Amino acid sequence: MTELRLRVNGSEHVLDVPVGTGLAHVLRDELGLTGTKIACNEGHCGACTVQIDGEPRLSCITLAHAVDGEVTTIEGLRDHPLVDAFVRCDAVQCGFCTPGQVVSAAALVAARPSPTREEIRHALAGNLCRCGTYPKIEEAILSVAPSVEKGR
Amino acid sequence: MARLIRTEKEVEGRFEEVWVVVEEDPLEQWPAGPLTVVGRPAPRKDAPERVRGEARFTADIRLPGMLQAAILRSPHAHARVRRIDLAPALALPGVRAALGPGEAHGLVEEAGFAGAPVAAVAAETFGQARAALAAIDVEWEELEVVLDADEAVRRGLLTAGPRRHERGDVERALAEADVVVEATYRTQTVLHNSLETHQAVCEWLGDTLHVYISTQFIWGVRQEIAETLGLPEDKVRVVCEFMGGGFGSKNNPDEYTFVAAELARRTGRPVRCALTRREENTAAGNRNATIQRLRAGARSDGTIVALEGEFTNAVGWSGWNASTEGPMRMLYACDNLRTVTYGARLNTPPMKAFRAPGFVEGTFGLECLVDELAARLDVDPLELRRRNYADSNEGTPFSSKNLAECYRLAERHWERRHEVHARSDAVWKRGVGMASQIWYGGGGPPSYAWVRVGSDGRATVITAMQDIGTGTRTAMAQIAAEELGLPLERVEVVLGDSARGPYASISAGSSTTPSMGPAVRAAAADARQQIDDIAEQRSLPAGTPVEDIVAVLEDGQILGKGARGPNPTGMSVLTFGVHVVEVAVDVETGEVRVERVAAIHDVGRIVNPLGASSQVEGGIIQGIGHTLSEERLLDPATGRILTTSLDAYRMPTIADVPEIVCEFVDVPDEHLTNLGSKGLGEPPIVPVAAAIANAIRDATGAEVRELPISREEMLRALEAARAQERGRRGAPAAV
Repeated sequence: MTELRLRVNGSEHVLDVPVGTGLAHVLRDELGLTGTKIACNEGHCGACTVQIDGEPRLSCITLAHAVDGEVTTIEGLRDHPLVDAFVRCDAVQCGFCTPGQVVSAAALVAARPSPTREEIRHALAGNLCRCGTYPKIEEAILSVAPSVEKGR
Repeated sequence: MARLIRTEKEVEGRFEEVWVVVEEDPLEQWPAGPLTVVGRPAPRKDAPERVRGEARFTADIRLPGMLQAAILRSPHAHARVRRIDLAPALALPGVRAALGPGEAHGLVEEAGFAGAPVAAVAAETFGQARAALAAIDVEWEELEVVLDADEAVRRGLLTAGPRRHERGDVERALAEADVVVEATYRTQTVLHNSLETHQAVCEWLGDTLHVYISTQFIWGVRQEIAETLGLPEDKVRVVCEFMGGGFGSKNNPDEYTFVAAELARRTGRPVRCALTRREENTAAGNRNATIQRLRAGARSDGTIVALEGEFTNAVGWSGWNASTEGPMRMLYACDNLRTVTYGARLNTPPMKAFRAPGFVEGTFGLECLVDELAARLDVDPLELRRRNYADSNEGTPFSSKNLAECYRLAERHWERRHEVHARSDAVWKRGVGMASQIWYGGGGPPSYAWVRVGSDGRATVITAMQDIGTGTRTAMAQIAAEELGLPLERVEVVLGDSARGPYASISAGSSTTPSMGPAVRAAAADARQQIDDIAEQRSLPAGTPVEDIVAVLEDGQILGKGARGPNPTGMSVLTFGVHVVEVAVDVETGEVRVERVAAIHDVGRIVNPLGASSQVEGGIIQGIGHTLSEERLLDPATGRILTTSLDAYRMPTIADVPEIVCEFVDVPDEHLTNLGSKGLGEPPIVPVAAAIANAIRDATGAEVRELPISREEMLRALEAARAQERGRRGAPAAV
């Protein structure tokens, strides 16, 4: 066991986990933050997306001990305007990929407050949704963009 | 009064006769069109929990002391375990129990496919369990492997006897036809890839087994576990409040559940058994490949006089022989028809239902064949479909059918083809194609619901159904709200637990809304009647709000109960629709882009237009993957699956989504229940592949008869079309 210091959603955590443990497992199993989902566990689907210093990262293939920065999970974005937009636009079916979609989308609108459709498609192309909510996700992100801008 | 009746029950195109007690369903249907709550767009009741990551899926269940299980799977496509030694695994750190073949239901001695489960281990961590698998010593006896479906049929290796249908005289009709078209269509094996893998957590509390499972059928799981383990059904509790996709693959408990239950029994601790993505893509089911050898004959006026099909389903080691011939039997009026459907037993992973099993594949073959016929006859494809409209299902009347109205609504999309063609250039060829949709989706009894109304005027619908992501929780709330006269935000729905509420039907076969909706409405009507009785006794004026009527109850509650009435006897309950698809084909690279899909569906009354549009979009997007990019590949030498990762198995992303236009013929089925709604989960995927293939032919003249239409397949078809063109012109063929 090796000490792990992790800043998640504004809180500091000191944990004892083996070197080689993935960030997603630490979030879910050590910290109980099960909003971050693991769907493939090999970096192909985006369900486990979190932000590290605002950048979207695949937490299932990120080694927890290698994290140097503030981790933001879906639990840290629950008051983000995107959440309401996803709800309003029906951008959720089974919901297993949805937290990852929101985390990716939040990183996008932080960097590009009024993204184009093309920019949305580029930024979200790594987040698979088997139910096919994509059109509604696009709509949700487009709908929220101006209000994020106004908030600045 | 309760009535015991014998009724026909249909799930995924399979029929059985069952006894059910139904209560009279005296409720008249609501008028057509949007009502106060029903028929109005509603965001999902549970969307906030799902979006915020608060919804607790089976994958998120954490029980104190929970162990993790892992399953040893056969590396061989067909082999027998001659000897197995679990002792080295049991000696490893963290390992608490191990099971060999026969020690849990589903762990087998004879592995019929690569990935068949043979042994399992429970350990403190998943890593320890996986490491222990590697220590299990197995001596295998390898057996003969059959992977080719045609070979299996030739040798009589079938999962069941061939299924035959015949009407009229096909030979004579073909001989007398003015035009006969004949073609072979092939569809590939595709994988469900629900993002939450198949999994269960099992825990014994006293003599009761608690099962948390990602499932589409809480009560089916309860029944199957009880029967397999020899328990009374009420000693099995099944919980699934949220589940991360199923698409037909999660209707049964399967080996992972029995492994978890047995390991939990042996260790006295809760056990999770969750498939990895790679196991999911090996052994959790698939849409089986098909080979369809089809013929159609028509008179020069476009009347189809004969249809003939030989269908082979590459079922795999086990599974059922889906109705790939169904569309050919039911979509068109044709007096002379003959079909035979073989289920090939192969050393490949078993098929499982996948969103309109059989009909997706069969519609691809039939609707492409009909377009080939239209081209030969020089008749407009839409017109040809209208000329062969079926007014009954082999003599049985439809409970409702508005396909003609779907065709009418499709006209304005179909007429875009001239403008679409005009946008072609030297490289990108553009075209438009269509295909019709037919499928089941009527649901049925038994299905029950309770409605509880508190003195605060808030209501709770209680039924042990599941919402697999289709939004049925919200639809049930809308139906109850409408009947009770309450706003939607004052109605909650409790579901997902066999210990909390009455029996509810499977969420498969587009049946949840048509099965459960009428039961919920009946329960709400029962509650509403009691509320009205109270209002009358209190001499309250008509129109008094519910909360004012029931306020005197304090801790008292109104309890309503309802049951799903029977389906109409002597009628075929089916769903219909049509898609018009626009594609662009890069004739240099073979890239196909779907640019626009117009989907028009007739599924009776639409309860939630917002959720319904999401269902349609999702079905279309899944269909695009099926048509263009998805294919499970296996090593032809060994039968091992090659496409186990989401990198190798290519599903559509947000960047692949076309413009989607979604329309409904929103007319209640007057013969179907107090609701008049049919299911919508499956219809939107049914016509996608055929409509895309027909659009490709329209754009390029190339015949694409094999899925997926990868770039390689597209280039092959383009080259074949060019060769045919050269042949027609009498030019020498290129070397």
